[in-house]
Amino acid sequence: MADQDDLHHSTGSGEPGDDNSASDRESSKGFSRRQFIKGTGLAVSASVFVPDGLLKAAMPEETPGVSGPGEVPVRLRINGREHQLRLEPRVTLLDALRNRLDMTGAKKVCDRATCGACTVIMDGHPVYSCTVLAIDAQGKSIETIEGLAPEGKLHPVSQAFVDNDAQQCGFCTPGFVMAVKAFLDKHPHPTYDEVRASLGGNLCRCGTYMGIRKAALEAAAKMAGKGGRL
Amino acid sequence: MAEIKWPSAANRGLIGKSISRIDGPWKSSGRAKYTYDQGPAGMLYAKLVTSPYAHAKVTAIDTSRAERLPGVRAIHIFTAVGKEVNWEGHEVVGVAADTEELAEDAARLIRVEYDPQPYLVADTDAQHAGPGRFREMSPRKTGDPEQALQQADVTSEGTYGQPVITHCCHEAHGSVAEWKGDELYVWISTQNVSGLSNEYASALNIPATNVHVDCQVMGGGFGSKFAADSWGVAAAAMARKAGRPVKLMLDREVELLSAGCRPSLHAKIRVGAKRDGTLIAWDSESWGTAGMSGGGVPQLPYIIQVPNSGHRHTSIFTNIGPARAWRAPNHPQMCFLTMAALDDLAAKLNMDSLDFFLKNVGLTGERAGVYKQQMLMAADMIGWKQKWHSRGDKTPGHIKRGLGLSFHTWAGGGHMGYCRTTIHPDGSVEVATGSQDLGTGTRTVIGIVAAETLGLPLDAVRVEIGNNKYPPDGASGGSTTVGGVSSSTRTSATTALNELFAKAAPSLGTTADKLEAVGGQIRVIGDPSKSIPWKKACAKLGTTPIVAMGQRNFSLISSGVGGVQMAEVAVDIDTGIVRMEKMVAVQDCGLIIDMKTAMSQVYGACIMGTCYALYEEKIMDQQTGTCLNPNMEFYKLSGLDDIGDITVHMMTEDSYQDRGVIGLGEPPVISPGAAISNAVANAIGVRVPELPITPDRVLAALGKGGLV
Repeated sequence: MADQDDLHHSTGSGEPGDDNSASDRESSKGFSRRQFIKGTGLAVSASVFVPDGLLKAAMPEETPGVSGPGEVPVRLRINGREHQLRLEPRVTLLDALRNRLDMTGAKKVCDRATCGACTVIMDGHPVYSCTVLAIDAQGKSIETIEGLAPEGKLHPVSQAFVDNDAQQCGFCTPGFVMAVKAFLDKHPHPTYDEVRASLGGNLCRCGTYMGIRKAALEAAAKMAGKGGRL
Repeated sequence: MAEIKWPSAANRGLIGKSISRIDGPWKSSGRAKYTYDQGPAGMLYAKLVTSPYAHAKVTAIDTSRAERLPGVRAIHIFTAVGKEVNWEGHEVVGVAADTEELAEDAARLIRVEYDPQPYLVADTDAQHAGPGRFREMSPRKTGDPEQALQQADVTSEGTYGQPVITHCCHEAHGSVAEWKGDELYVWISTQNVSGLSNEYASALNIPATNVHVDCQVMGGGFGSKFAADSWGVAAAAMARKAGRPVKLMLDREVELLSAGCRPSLHAKIRVGAKRDGTLIAWDSESWGTAGMSGGGVPQLPYIIQVPNSGHRHTSIFTNIGPARAWRAPNHPQMCFLTMAALDDLAAKLNMDSLDFFLKNVGLTGERAGVYKQQMLMAADMIGWKQKWHSRGDKTPGHIKRGLGLSFHTWAGGGHMGYCRTTIHPDGSVEVATGSQDLGTGTRTVIGIVAAETLGLPLDAVRVEIGNNKYPPDGASGGSTTVGGVSSSTRTSATTALNELFAKAAPSLGTTADKLEAVGGQIRVIGDPSKSIPWKKACAKLGTTPIVAMGQRNFSLISSGVGGVQMAEVAVDIDTGIVRMEKMVAVQDCGLIIDMKTAMSQVYGACIMGTCYALYEEKIMDQQTGTCLNPNMEFYKLSGLDDIGDITVHMMTEDSYQDRGVIGLGEPPVISPGAAISNAVANAIGVRVPELPITPDRVLAALGKGGLV
């Protein structure tokens, strides 16, 4: 398993010191995903409640070195399985999952860390995978909704979403299920108020929040084998 | 012989029960494949180049640099040189390439030159819009509103309005198109599975028979996804050019700029009543924009027929973006303007708003009794009498609470459509119709009706929808789907069952008209001991299945519903922040097929309504003609904690259910804006005249009066 340092020192396909990466070239045209990701944390923290872990995951503390601009080898550990890919460094974890691995449970909606439809769990923290670069997800343990339960079975959180009709069109649902799962992993006995306060990082357009609140409490009760406190 | 009518209340095993949606596990496990999730082998990704100008003429397009980029496979011109773009985000060029990233690169390499033209993005009235920018609609008048206003004991006057908002579907508009020879296969996020063939056929010059449309699940439409759209045709055209499948989903910015606006509506309103609260006069002058098209003609006042009333409307043509139907077209706007103006009059009369609306409920016509019953129920549910206070919460502290109410109607009805029921000799059953499930529960409703009709458990029926190879069904708009599919399903399943009865009758020593299907048995009516199991009856079919068609059946459906909603809000008068603390919704929708998904429609509508009441606005910059918030950070939707408690009551008395099935998607989304606005006025003692009720607007209103 390559760690991040290995990756950043071993991927130079261009000249030494060539930092003319694709994302930097993009920035001259007005938009750089890398710059954008750096800037997103502030906007997010100002507008919605976001668990600490999410911001930390979305904003690595150390400035990464330069990779690319062409494809680089990327190894991702997803649902306990290793996947070897060749990706441009600018490819997000979400696009890697959806476009390269056909794991389409995580959805692309806002594509800039607002709506949570792309939520996956990385090293135990819920993250917006639209705003995590795939290369930065290396060495982490990534859980996607596909890994929650084998095909034909339902995870208790997914089951609670069905039972409480916590979904309509369903497009936000996988992200919400993962956010609830990550929340319950850390807070197995949440109160109703804690559920309300902690699931503000995901948006639903159809208006299923009433069902989602009930689903989170019911899943907590089932998973803990005792009642969640209402 | 089973008759084609709904079973009586006592004989409903599934209909009306609270049943989980049958595609729920598919969605909540993340395994449901939406259009956005499709990835046929060799698929290309397409991106758009769109206009940065609100209004311009395209003077040059240079795609040569993009074409030289390795991996770029097709270019599509939406707006040719010499043609005009009419809003920021208007599509100009599309490009398809091997990867999504490459398509983005290619789009950046395409150079388009524009000759900017004068634009209007201000949501303004005719006077400020300027010549050629408006159309006056024919005025309407009943009685003599001017004289009545003079004779009124109390009058109230105000200007109210709400801006353009967008649909903001979570799944963007778009499609994946693949050719096999001259046959076109498209996955498309649509509300209109059976109605797209002709659009593709004429645009691509192929017979409609060659167009194959699929949409098993879709991530929200709300009225904005009835067409293939220019980008749908472009995906198919580029796929044909490239010889490979093409995915073209709008990115979020273009989705918010181009894929649907709800028209704005503003009005100067004068109303008058007698001292006892009897409404006698209404006069309104309204204006609003539906982009460059005229849009619908709102009718004011809403629901309440004031004896003397006048209304004039002017449509304003702007470059804000193209309007599309938005859940209950025109109604939320008309409802807000009417209920706000009348609630202000009630305050001037010093009347309890509930008493005022009850006093005038007779002016609503045939549904007056329904509204009255619903108002009293809702008042009881929210504790209106205990919590009511006159304008301005006088209790100490900076959090002020208030109550507001509103009511609404919607037609519903049922769209034309066909359903096919197949009973196989092994006893398995399939019902198929080219309908679509927008998340409303359509697939589940079809299953429930078929299973109920055939006396089988829900999981014994296979429901096939979402493809135009099935018998055609109408578009899902206007809350007409449940009426369409429930009646076509009931009709086809009953017809199929009667054929099965005819096959089974001899072995039970009777005739088909003496049989019924209950609990997985075919049995003699009134003599349950004479029965055969479903499978045995089906075995008598030999090798040929029963196939029976049914179509929309007016004897099973109706139209026209009523609903009342009440809201309780808490307003922080220091910050201007409004919280929806509680809503109650009382709703009639005829015969309810699935209580669980019906309730979800109402919960969802209250939440969506809270969004447009408090958060949603397409904010335009007058200096540049561009939209300032084409993203989900600043185009605000409510989060889970922004919503208070919601209590829903569905009217299920026989008098409602006996009317047959009526649609439910739109009606409950009509009232929240009015109910919340009225509650805010009640809390802070002054009307915030515009939606959404943002903190700045609350503080501005308080600056003019009320509690501060």
